[in-house]
Amino acid sequence: MTTLKINDQSRTTTSPDETPLLWVLRDELGMTGTKFGCGMALCGACTVHLDGMPMRSCVTPAAAVSGRSVYTIEHMENDRVGRVVQQAWVELNVAQCGYCQAGQIMAAVALLKSTPKPSERQIDEGMTGNICRCGTYPRIRAAVQLASRRLAGAKA
Amino acid sequence: MRPQQEGIPTSAADVQIQRRHLLQAAAGSFTLVIGLDGNAQAAEPQKYGAASMPGGTVDNPLVFVSIAADGSVTIVAHRAEMGTGVRTSLPMVVADEMEARWDRVKIIQAPADEARFGNQNVDGSRSVRHFFHPMRRVGAAARQMLEAAAAARWGVTVADVQAVQHEVLHRPSGRRLGYGELAADAARQQVPGGGNLRLKTPAQWKYIGKGRIGGTDMDAIARGRATFGMDVRLPEMVYAVIARPPVVGGKLRHLDSSEALKVAGVVKIVEIPAFQGPPVFQPLGGVAVVARNTWAAMQGRAALKIEWDDGPNATYESAAFRQQQAAAVKGAGTVVRNEGDTLKALAEAPQGRHHSADYFVPHLAHATMEPPVATALVSDTGCEIWTSVQNPQAALQGAAAALGLKPDQVKVNVLLLGGGFGRKSKPDYVTEAALVAKAMPGTPVKLVWTRDDDIRHGYYHAVSLDHLEAAVKDDGLPLAWLHRTAAPTITSLFAPGAKAAAPFETGMSALNMPFAVANVRVERPEVAAHARIGWFRSVANIPHVFATQCFIDELAHRAKRDPLQFALALIGPPRKIDPTALSDQFNYSESPVEYPIDMGRMRAVVEAAARGARWGRRLPKGHGLGLAFAYSFVTYAATVVEVAVDAKGLVKVVAVDMALDCGPQVNPERIRAQMEGAAVMGLSLAFTGEISFEAGRVKQSNFHDYEVLRHAQSPRVIRTHLVGGDPSLPPGGVGEPPLPPVAPALVNAIFAATGERIRELPLRRL
Repeated sequence: MTTLKINDQSRTTTSPDETPLLWVLRDELGMTGTKFGCGMALCGACTVHLDGMPMRSCVTPAAAVSGRSVYTIEHMENDRVGRVVQQAWVELNVAQCGYCQAGQIMAAVALLKSTPKPSERQIDEGMTGNICRCGTYPRIRAAVQLASRRLAGAKA
Repeated sequence: MRPQQEGIPTSAADVQIQRRHLLQAAAGSFTLVIGLDGNAQAAEPQKYGAASMPGGTVDNPLVFVSIAADGSVTIVAHRAEMGTGVRTSLPMVVADEMEARWDRVKIIQAPADEARFGNQNVDGSRSVRHFFHPMRRVGAAARQMLEAAAAARWGVTVADVQAVQHEVLHRPSGRRLGYGELAADAARQQVPGGGNLRLKTPAQWKYIGKGRIGGTDMDAIARGRATFGMDVRLPEMVYAVIARPPVVGGKLRHLDSSEALKVAGVVKIVEIPAFQGPPVFQPLGGVAVVARNTWAAMQGRAALKIEWDDGPNATYESAAFRQQQAAAVKGAGTVVRNEGDTLKALAEAPQGRHHSADYFVPHLAHATMEPPVATALVSDTGCEIWTSVQNPQAALQGAAAALGLKPDQVKVNVLLLGGGFGRKSKPDYVTEAALVAKAMPGTPVKLVWTRDDDIRHGYYHAVSLDHLEAAVKDDGLPLAWLHRTAAPTITSLFAPGAKAAAPFETGMSALNMPFAVANVRVERPEVAAHARIGWFRSVANIPHVFATQCFIDELAHRAKRDPLQFALALIGPPRKIDPTALSDQFNYSESPVEYPIDMGRMRAVVEAAARGARWGRRLPKGHGLGLAFAYSFVTYAATVVEVAVDAKGLVKVVAVDMALDCGPQVNPERIRAQMEGAAVMGLSLAFTGEISFEAGRVKQSNFHDYEVLRHAQSPRVIRTHLVGGDPSLPPGGVGEPPLPPVAPALVNAIFAATGERIRELPLRRL
């Protein structure tokens, strides 16, 4: 039995220690916003925040994050930056199929928390671990920039 | 000549309706006999477009629209959402015609039921093309029924009432009734049809063509609350993964599951029989491991000890196969189009007036971000399925056949698809889920494909080698044009050993080469299929447009002419070409009369893309512009790519200009999204896309060795140019047509920048 702190709530899991956090979230806790894409930390669909840093839940054993603070996409509407990023995503109609977008948003929120005014190159670096097969990258970039401006207090 | 149609068999059911195809569901598996002699059956009236598809179209408002007493309008989305926006665009058409307020509209997803809803197969860029007008009729009929109900309530003539934004207004008195108040009466009105139906004029549209409505699922997606097939959860659900034969057609020789059964959480092992006959959409076979969660199932699978009998496809080697293709295009193949005397003109071409080149495009995997997944529950009475599938009806038929059930004993619920691109119109994974669930009646089973499964066990875009050869005139334009295309055929899925490219394959930008050339010869030399060959977004247009558009660029440069001016000269004056005059009976299943190839529209998209890229401007050192264009899915597309190539030969895409004329632009915002996505996917396949085989096995397994374009490699500038938009034209496709010109435009740009001619994908030079 492992105790996890997910979205400010204490949750327990009976899965074996090596079970990746992704499958504990999805299969055991029913939190399906975090997606399975590759299982090898290659695509970013499973991105969550661990102590504020983006992390691939598909390769991170649940037991390894015991006692540390995990946030998932389900929490983002309760997060100041998360809300602004989600709103930018909706306004710019970023998603096509939408499957990768939870991971994209988690990466974007982490980027904007560490780098509130990212340069083009910093957006590349912050987001390039997250694959979108539909090819929404131009709109993701625009949404990150829109959210950045909003968070800086601009009206745009 | 009387046109004969060959639609794309995007499902077993589609194949069924093609006159020269005969489908039989027998012994739990599909078998297909393809009559190739062309006169197997007596002629029946030719059907085109939606009428040629299983289920056709339905435009009954009582099927698609319901109105609650509180005025909320529920519209059925009968086609699955894979990212094209169809769950928004078609309901939006209904809402517009019925004068419903969009904020009062709810959208529900139809289960598989083509008899009730009409065709549901989201494949072939057909959703808006085939359902724009039926959905207009649905909305208009609903509006008229509301108006008739109000007129009856008030005892006034219907000519004096008008539906306006969720209310019916009696103009003389100013009285109003809300849709909710009228709902029950309206549903009892006669459904207007034929000459009684009053469609809006385009000027009256409030949503259609405006692009102001956001995506139906955007908010849920951004919040992580959207339910994809992968996200289905049912009480007591268990999870399964399958160890499949590494070679297509392989069989289980020996299984030891003792270690797998010791893995914590593993509850059952289920053998899936190898498929019989042609692959169609049957499971590959193998061993399913069922567990309490996905991870345990994966660990259990890793603990299986299996020996496979690989079967005859174990000899499939990509390197050797390419040599076979090269040999195939050196010799003559079956001639499928022949005008003038091409061979003579080529043989007699003087020095410097003859050019030939071969172009190669490898196998590709769709790599949808959501791998294939399906959940099934088998009970005493039937089977219920929850899945993300492009072709729900084929999924239903496949599961019913595998389970020995009648179709009406199977229900298929359609969830959001995490990408499709053609992969999810082949519902082998749904039948897998049904077979595993059959072994555990009463327990829902979610059958999950891992990324490894997806890359190694897919239906692959055909590896293609195209030989182009031309004799040219003084102006560099072709006097003779020879195109030999050699690729394993999609029909090998349905007919064992099929080697002949079907008309729907050659008819994608090879056979129907539309330029005015005196001598034209198109041949299809045969090569065998050793993998499951399947349609991938834009299908055979990918290799054919790559080859022909690179070749045209080569001819332009050889003639020392500007490629844009050369292309416009080749396109020629505005005129409409009957595709059957090009020996093309396919034309994407559309009528050659209603959908001729319009060279004026072709020219317009080329000019729009060139204008967007400011073609002809002075470029920085190392930069180049490349152009390509295509007619596909009865839509016109052109792309200009600007590249910057550094001293090491690494390529950066500076900008992409995408132009498209799809006829009526129902949801321009989503059309642009499809164009942007096609730019990225086109660059992705050009730079990195390659599936290859060794000993019959796919060498790649995940995104580290089957790379797709990432943020940092994606162009920062993608400009989209919507051309035409005439609402009186018959609608064209949107999802696929922007894709084919991207790779050749890139390669042509690299030539412009460097003088280096690339004829083989992928480039691997990012």
